[in-house]
Amino acid sequence: MPDLGQYAIICATIVLLAPATLLVVLGIPSLVGRPLSEQSIQLAGRWAIMVALLAALGVLGVMLSTGERHVVLDLGAWVSVQYSGHGPSTHYHFIIKFEFDRLSVPLVILTLVLCGTVGAFATRYLHREPGFNRFFVLFAVFLLGMVTASLADTIETLFAGWELVGLSSALLIAYFHDRPAPCRNGFHVWVVYRVSDAALLLAAVVLHHLTGEGDFDQLTGNAPWPHAQVALTPSQALTVGLLLLLAAAGKSALVPFSGWLPRAMEGPTPSSAVFYGALSVHLGAFLLLRMSPLITISVWLAIVIVGLGFVTAVYAYLVGTVQTDIKSALSFASLAQVGIIVMEIGLGHWVPFLWYVALVHLLGHACLRTLQFVRAPSLLQDYRNLENALGERLPRPPGPLVAAPLRLRGWLYRFALERGYLDAILIDYVVRPFVRLFQWFDRLERRWTLWLDGQQDSPRKPVPQELHPQPVEQVR
Amino acid sequence: MTVVSIPWLELAIFVPLAGAGLVGRIRDPLAALRWTLAFGAVALGCAVIAWLCFATGVAPDGTSPQDVVPRIFGEQVFSLDVLSAPLVPLVALLHFLTALATARTKMTRFSFTWLLIGWSLRVATFGCTSPETLSVLLSLNVVPPYLELVRRGRPTRVYTLHMGLFLGLLLAGLAASGSLAAVLLMAAVLVRSGTFPAHLWVADLFENASFGTALLFVTPITGMYTAVRLVVPASPPEWILQVIATASLVTAVYAAGMAIVQAETRRVFSYLFLSHASLILVGLELHTAVSLSGALALWASVIVSLGGLGLTLRALEARFGRLSLRSYHGLYAQSPSLAICFLLTGLASVGFPGTIGFIGAEMLVDGAITANPWIGVLVVAASALNGIAIIRTYLMVFGGRRHMSGVATHITLRERIAVLTLATLILVAGLWPQPTVLANHRAAEILLKTWSPSERELHEVTKSVLHSVGGASPPLSNG
Repeated sequence: MPDLGQYAIICATIVLLAPATLLVVLGIPSLVGRPLSEQSIQLAGRWAIMVALLAALGVLGVMLSTGERHVVLDLGAWVSVQYSGHGPSTHYHFIIKFEFDRLSVPLVILTLVLCGTVGAFATRYLHREPGFNRFFVLFAVFLLGMVTASLADTIETLFAGWELVGLSSALLIAYFHDRPAPCRNGFHVWVVYRVSDAALLLAAVVLHHLTGEGDFDQLTGNAPWPHAQVALTPSQALTVGLLLLLAAAGKSALVPFSGWLPRAMEGPTPSSAVFYGALSVHLGAFLLLRMSPLITISVWLAIVIVGLGFVTAVYAYLVGTVQTDIKSALSFASLAQVGIIVMEIGLGHWVPFLWYVALVHLLGHACLRTLQFVRAPSLLQDYRNLENALGERLPRPPGPLVAAPLRLRGWLYRFALERGYLDAILIDYVVRPFVRLFQWFDRLERRWTLWLDGQQDSPRKPVPQELHPQPVEQVR
Repeated sequence: MTVVSIPWLELAIFVPLAGAGLVGRIRDPLAALRWTLAFGAVALGCAVIAWLCFATGVAPDGTSPQDVVPRIFGEQVFSLDVLSAPLVPLVALLHFLTALATARTKMTRFSFTWLLIGWSLRVATFGCTSPETLSVLLSLNVVPPYLELVRRGRPTRVYTLHMGLFLGLLLAGLAASGSLAAVLLMAAVLVRSGTFPAHLWVADLFENASFGTALLFVTPITGMYTAVRLVVPASPPEWILQVIATASLVTAVYAAGMAIVQAETRRVFSYLFLSHASLILVGLELHTAVSLSGALALWASVIVSLGGLGLTLRALEARFGRLSLRSYHGLYAQSPSLAICFLLTGLASVGFPGTIGFIGAEMLVDGAITANPWIGVLVVAASALNGIAIIRTYLMVFGGRRHMSGVATHITLRERIAVLTLATLILVAGLWPQPTVLANHRAAEILLKTWSPSERELHEVTKSVLHSVGGASPPLSNG
């Protein structure tokens, strides 16, 4: 008869297999052009999430009953090669390993609860939408990414989950893609995420080289979170930590990347609720919590994290006070809390207990914000009904900025209305110079090509701009 | 007659050539397509069997006692080794899928005869290890695109100048000796791979030739193969490698940046190709075990993923004409399957998790950071920029106000088969990468051994070492 440890391993396997199966079940029919019906999608989603949740609760139950705080699911080397030629011996491996501990289990349970709730909400909210199947395929990608990132025990596995979350988020922002604005905003978010991904990838590889492993156990020792200790020097920890902080800043919309958060509200409400209100936006904070041993040994890293969290919280509070639509207001309220959570994580350098506080704060805030997002459309309707019944507008209390000194008030309003000019700064000083530089290169290349062709005075035929569809009978 | 006695590799090379002889006489485009597919299927089957025979050790070097070429020339010209064995079926598959996914609207402008001739030449190139024969094949390879440019009345000077430079450097390199030979050959490789500043011909070719011809000419990355076969055995000095690695690195980042600002899908594709080809060269020139394994893995992934991306764009062009990126086209509703294929192939090319390119990209970054952290940063930057270019193009082409067409423009059966084949390859190799990584790693080890100064002058040694991998015996003699 298997012992409790084996039960935990079986349950852990199911937690991972269920979202992967959901993606296969929804993805393969879409790929072959035969998407499932709404009912089947609903059923598949419900069962997959329910099974995964029960399995996660099973792991939690075993952990509580046995006192074991670190259940590891080691799937072995996905890729492993050993070089033994000239020069120093080289080894490359990619280990797939997942861990269930005090940090990952609450997050994975939160993920499954919120995804289950929002999935059920979305089946009604998106009923008969043309993109119903697309939404749920991306939803499955997101779920798999979140579960993988939450449970990852190696930084490479975390990176894989991180990328899945990023792609699904960006494409869901562009869900209503027959309007240009969601496409533009989805692209904007994707650009920020790529910066974040690049930072995480660099951190992963640097870590691999400093420790010889990408394995968190190797990095932090076998002590359960948050008591692990890392065998790096403070300067090494600062280097890796800053890269991870950059990755976290992109994913959690910390300053200076905060501009993408309101843009993310272009997506359908269910995805706004679960991604940008609850899970995706907290993934950066989760990453910092996971790497908390680095914060322990680098005081400068802790100071930078506290500073960034503080700036983000203040910024989000100020900007959130002047938002005129409910989803943007909620997104900035969410960001303010994320800023505070990040501060708590940084302060954990001096008071490690604050890491528990940050985790509980994260869990509670995610649940509250999901509820608010999901409630938002009907709340507006309720307000409208109320105002219709009263026959007048509801009284609107003045915003908190009226409390500011008169000389500062105007500046603060402008600052808040322009969302701290963050987008403008990034676009004017980073994106536009980049694009102009490469457009200039492009023009130079074209002129050079024409010169080589001996055609500088007779430009080539322009590429047709209009679409000329060919019927499928001719294409076939 | 046993499996080994059939000359699979030679059949993979000469069946398309025979097909070209027949198809050239057929005037009806549909009949020409059918015959092309028939010959192509046989040639692809032969290429796959040749690879299987090699992989299982049945034919250790891919040759057969019944080979015809050695009887004519007196020496073994075509054979497989651990490097070329998987590339031969991949190149054949790319050609087959290109023929399969050719739309009727394009049949009158796309020559199946030249496709088959190009097919034969490229498979022969990848199945050839002798420097002299390889240089002849590389020279012949540049002819079909040139003839197509002439036939279409498009400008040829950019292409001719660059390919002329490539051939000149190649022949001079073969004629020279010592370090000079290595320098000249490496310069030839850089021109053929489109390294900055000799990269203009790639975008020019895509603008002026048919998409299919340009795709098949560039996507197998013949420049990399030339480098491995001709430059590595010549053991170029370290400073040359550093200069070349820098040039490749600059090209990788520059082309990725250029891909983002392009206003036409064909030019985006050409710069994406340039960036990827340069990244692969960076991996080669760093010559560490991990970077080289990563570069080889990325090479195979680029053939599949960028090949698939190119075929998707070609299918879109067959329906809607050339696509500008100055406005949104809203084609998702018209072609959802093509949209999925675009995303899948595009993301695979930039190493998205779960796809064929993931491990290759990871290993390349790992190897680059080992060599120099700043090289690693630039490799990651190039990869990130390529990812941005892919999603930008996807949103511009498939996003925006829904395109209303009075005619049906959904995916055809032939295109769907091509899409599913590529998707299967991308996902299976992405989820189960160990066999391909091991094969690439073995090839990388052998290459690094031949790079060693103690063995630098011995190209023949290179060949014999390559053949001996996997417990294979030396090449069979057919004299």
